[in-house]
Parts: sequence; structure tokens; C-alpha cells
Amino acid sequence: MSAAVNVSGSLRRRLLLQLVGSAALLAAVLFFAVLGFVRTVAEESHDRILLASATSILDSVSVQAGEITADIPYAALSMLGNVSDDRVFYRIASPAGVLTGYADLPVAEEPVQPRQPLFETAAYKGEAIRAVTVSRRLAAQGAPVAVQVSVAQTRTGQAALLEQLFRSALFLGVGFFVLASGLAVWAAQSSITPLRSLTEAISRRGPKDLRPVTRPVPAEMSPLVLSLNSFIRRLQASLARSEDFIAEAAHRVRTPLATVRAQAEVTLMRVENEDNRASLREMIRAIDESSRAAGQLLDHAMVSFRTDSLERQEVNLTALARDLAERLQPVAELKDIGLHFQSDGDVSIKGDAILLQNAVRNILDNAIKYSGRDRTVRVRTVRNGGWGNIEVEDEAGGFAGEDTEALTRRFVRGANAGETIGSGLGLTIAREVAEAHGGRLIIENSQTGAGACVTLCFPLC
Amino acid sequence: MRFLLVEDNESLAKAVLDRLRLDGHVVDHAPDVSTASAFSGTTDYDLILLDIMLPDGDGRSFLKAHRENRKETPVIVLTARSEVSDRVGMLDLGADDYITKPFDFSELEARCRAVLRRRGGGSSNLRRFGNLQFDPMAGTLSAGGRTVALRNRELRLLEVFLNAPDRIFSKPNLVDRLFSYDEEGSENAIEVYVARLRKHLAGSGVQITTVRGLGYRLSLE
Repeated sequence: MSAAVNVSGSLRRRLLLQLVGSAALLAAVLFFAVLGFVRTVAEESHDRILLASATSILDSVSVQAGEITADIPYAALSMLGNVSDDRVFYRIASPAGVLTGYADLPVAEEPVQPRQPLFETAAYKGEAIRAVTVSRRLAAQGAPVAVQVSVAQTRTGQAALLEQLFRSALFLGVGFFVLASGLAVWAAQSSITPLRSLTEAISRRGPKDLRPVTRPVPAEMSPLVLSLNSFIRRLQASLARSEDFIAEAAHRVRTPLATVRAQAEVTLMRVENEDNRASLREMIRAIDESSRAAGQLLDHAMVSFRTDSLERQEVNLTALARDLAERLQPVAELKDIGLHFQSDGDVSIKGDAILLQNAVRNILDNAIKYSGRDRTVRVRTVRNGGWGNIEVEDEAGGFAGEDTEALTRRFVRGANAGETIGSGLGLTIAREVAEAHGGRLIIENSQTGAGACVTLCFPLC
Repeated sequence: MRFLLVEDNESLAKAVLDRLRLDGHVVDHAPDVSTASAFSGTTDYDLILLDIMLPDGDGRSFLKAHRENRKETPVIVLTARSEVSDRVGMLDLGADDYITKPFDFSELEARCRAVLRRRGGGSSNLRRFGNLQFDPMAGTLSAGGRTVALRNRELRLLEVFLNAPDRIFSKPNLVDRLFSYDEEGSENAIEVYVARLRKHLAGSGVQITTVRGLGYRLSLE
């Protein structure tokens, strides 16, 4: 399988960015809301104290003997001192003029409606001040006189208080953001977890494990798992179909060939005319040729198919080679060829027994096919460093300066092929099986020079 | 020897029957699993040749039942399926060997012989001709207290002669019987094998005579 996947963004990163972005926005909103609120509250309370102070001064203003007099209560100014150390200014005025206090206090000169205090922010003596002006009508000398009292205070303390409040609001906002970001990481992580565990469960499976996924998954992932399962079912069906098809094709091709061959062989025993005998022999040769080609092609299809999803089980190469040698003994005997097996102990590798069997069988078939009568074929399994080898050595003449590498290509046959029936796929199959198992196929002349030595090398487990 | 052939393809079955009968074997033919079970339940066979795809079931189920009934008759499976996919299962189910269709009769014979030899079913098939004792399973020839082991082609040549004593076999005919069709079997090679056999037969009262222009014949001296 290729590792190339078309990756577009990360679900986790996207989720994380969205959550952190929202957290930042919320933190900013929170910060400004809190700041605005406390600023309003601080100003209102300050205004209320100013008003209380002004009102109590206004209350102390009275008319005595026709004159307006004010006896400013101590508490009226000291209550402002409780708020901060800011300087306090006041002024008591009537339409006739300023009675007492700071005449140049920059407050409203126009009459202020009774019970409707007027708040102002202004600059006085180089400092920002907050002032309130209240008024009241007094009866003096038979006519009502509007008395206005203004109280003002510099805003240094207020500014310090606001700065402190700003810092608190900032801490609150940043704290909120950090906490929310932490939660966002956790949320992104945990919402990805089922996806990740599903992936792990599937990638841990062996190549032949085509069971549907049954582990519990969140509702959002169920369509994914459903379509995955239906994909697995289709794959299973198609794999089974290919395997069945190859077996069925082999059956369909071979059965009629077997019939024709058997009949030709029986007829050959009865016919005496030399011309007829020659044609029958030709016919049998042709049948062998085509059945061998069909068989090898189907085997090659099956081998390609199985190497694509290689099963890896422990396979004892020694036992496998010994069994095959034993099985081919009758075929070797038919040609009076000695088939000998040797081993220096068990050699085991991880692989697909059926494929390995097919590879060794093809090499052994070749060795027997190309050997003349009274020759010897030797099969050996040996350990060689980190490799487990199966060697097949024959006495069939070997390769005289041929490109042995080319022999493993499809449909390429050796110079000695001559009349021998073959398809040119045997060594291709052997090489493909070796390579699928991480091994290789070596073709060379044997040390004695009497023939060829074909070696299948596999990495030991 | 007594064979049971289980094969649904009529023409293939007929050819196999003809060939085995030509070699002097007794062969029963069952075209499906039920007939095969009936035959094997009533007759003791030396060997069963079993096809896998049968009209009323799978040859494998017959094989399984056969082994579960503790029948010891060796079974050789005739398979037309892929070389790769089918074989391992066959041997696991208790088949003694398998051969892929289309098959060479000499290979089938060789496999039958190998299976019977493994099962130790040799002595009952001892054949006699004159003073000659021939054990086709062990591949030995005894005459006058002397036993020799025959090589494969000597053995097959002797079998051909023993199946039809006094019949004349032409050299081309013998070449076909002894060599596969992609081998270069020459008539000279036949002369070599006949010469070897003659040496083994010396003093047994049995001889191979040359009939000029026609071929060879096995007869009593």
C-alpha cells in the first residue's frame, strides 16, 4: 500500500483553532464588559457622594435676618475625603453673586433646576475635576432666591482606582482565555479520540482480516463505519470471486485437455502405422504445452494475487522442501533421475506456505525437466548468516554465458529449452515469491560445473 | 490390481479405464459420490482415483467420509484446479497423493506405485512367470535365489512385457511407453534397456527374443 494520502487540513487543528478563537473573542468581550461596568459603577458612586456632599451643604444654607448664610457641616467635606485624598472645592452662589468658596470654579453659571443636580467634568487649576451643582430656593426679604451649591473634586484617586479595576478586568480576561484554551485542547483531543482508536484498530489488523468493524463508535462516525463495512464486504466478495475464478478457469481448461490427452495416449498404444503414431505424439506434446502454459498462467495470477496480501505464518522450509522432493520422487524416477534431499537442520521463515511451495516446485520441476536420464538433482536447505536458503542443483549442463537474470523475466526461456515443454513462467513465479518475502532468487552454474544451481534466499525470522 | 475410478467426465473416464485395463488391471468406474460410496462399501480396492468436482457433491466429502470410516485404501486425487490453491487441503483430508489434469499415464502409474509402496501393499501383487518372481512395488526381480533391484525404466519395460507375454512389441511402441513426449527417447535407448533386462533375466528361464523387423517378445525358454 502506498502511504500517499491527499491530506487537506487537520480536523483536530481546525477544531482547536475554532475553539481557541472563540475563547479569545469571549475573553475580549468579557474584558470590555467588565471594564465598562466597573467604570460606570465607580463613577456613579463617586457622583452620589459628591451629590450627598453638595446636598448637605445646600441644606445648611439658610436665611437669617434677610441674609443668606451657610454653616458648612464638617461631614459634608470629610465624606469626600473618605473616598480619596483628592482636593475638594466648593462654591455657594446666588443670583447676586458668589457667597463663599472658589468663585472661579468652572461650573454652570446658569440656574439649575431644583432637585435636578447637574454633573460636569472639567479642568481646574491644571487638573481634571468632577463637579456637581444643586440648587434650592430660599425666601429672603419676601422674594425667593435661588441658591446654587457646587462641589468638585480632582480625579487623581478615581484614575488610580480605574487603573486598578482595568488591571483586574485584564487578569480576568486573560485567565478566562487561558482556561478556555486548555479546555479547547482537551475537547479537540477527546473528540478525535474515537477516530484515532478506530484507525488503530483497523491498522492493527492482519492482511487477511476482513471482518466488519463492530467496536462501538459515536453516532457521527457511524456513517463512516457503515460505509467502511460495506467496502470490506465488497472487497471480501471480490477477493473470493477472483480466487474462485482462477480455480474455475483452471478446471474448465484442464478437464477437456485431460480427456483428449488420455484418449490420444490410449490410441497411441493401439495404432501401428508410424505416421499416425507421429501425429498422435505431436498432439500429446501440444496438449502438454498448452496445459502447462494455462496452468502456469493461472498459477502466476494466483501468485500475484496472494503476494499482494501476503500471509505471514511460520513456515518450516526444510519440511516443505523435503515434502516436495518426496512428492516429485515418482516423476524423477520415471526418468531414472536421482532426487536427493539434504539439510543441516530446520530452517524456518515467516511467509505464505502455498506460495513458497509453488516457487520451490517450479524450480524442482525445471531441474527434473532439463536433466537427462541417470542424472542427479540435489535439494538442500541451509542457513547462511541471516538467510535461509533452498538450493536446487542439477547436472543438466548449466548456462553457458547466458544472461541468467533474463531467465526470470516472463516467457523468457533458456538456450537449452529446445524440445522441452515449458511456458517460461516458472522462474518468474519463483522470483516474485522470493521478492514478496523480502528474499531473492540466484541462478548460477553449480561449483562442479555439471549443471545449474538455483537458490531461493529468504531472510530468517 | 483393483482400482476404483471416481470421475464424472465420461470420455476421460473411458480413456483411463481403457488404459488401465490394457495394463491388466481391474477397474470399476463411479461417475458420482453416491456410486463411489456404494462401490467402496462393498469391494476392497487396492487404490482409489478420485476426481474433486462431482455432480452430486465434492470429492473431498467422499474422502473425509472414507477416512472417517477407517478405510485404509489409498486415495490419489485427480485435480483440475489451480496448482496453488487446492493441494494443501487435499493432503490434509487424507489423500495419499494428487496428480494434476491432464496427466501422463506413466506419471499416474509411478504415483500409484509410490503410494502402494509407502503403504506397504507390495507382496500381494507379486507376479510370477516361469521361475521369475517380480515385485512391481518393491521394484525387485527374483530368479533362482538371486534378487536384483530394477531401475525405473527397466521395471516399466519388464511390466510391459509381463502384461502380454509372447506379444511382439515394436521399438517405437516401447519408446512411447518408456519416455515422456518431450524426452528424446531413441530406439537405441530401448536396445540399451533390453540388454540390461536380458542380463537380469539370465538363468531365470525367461528370455526376451528379438523378432527381426518387428520388435521384441518375452517368452519362456
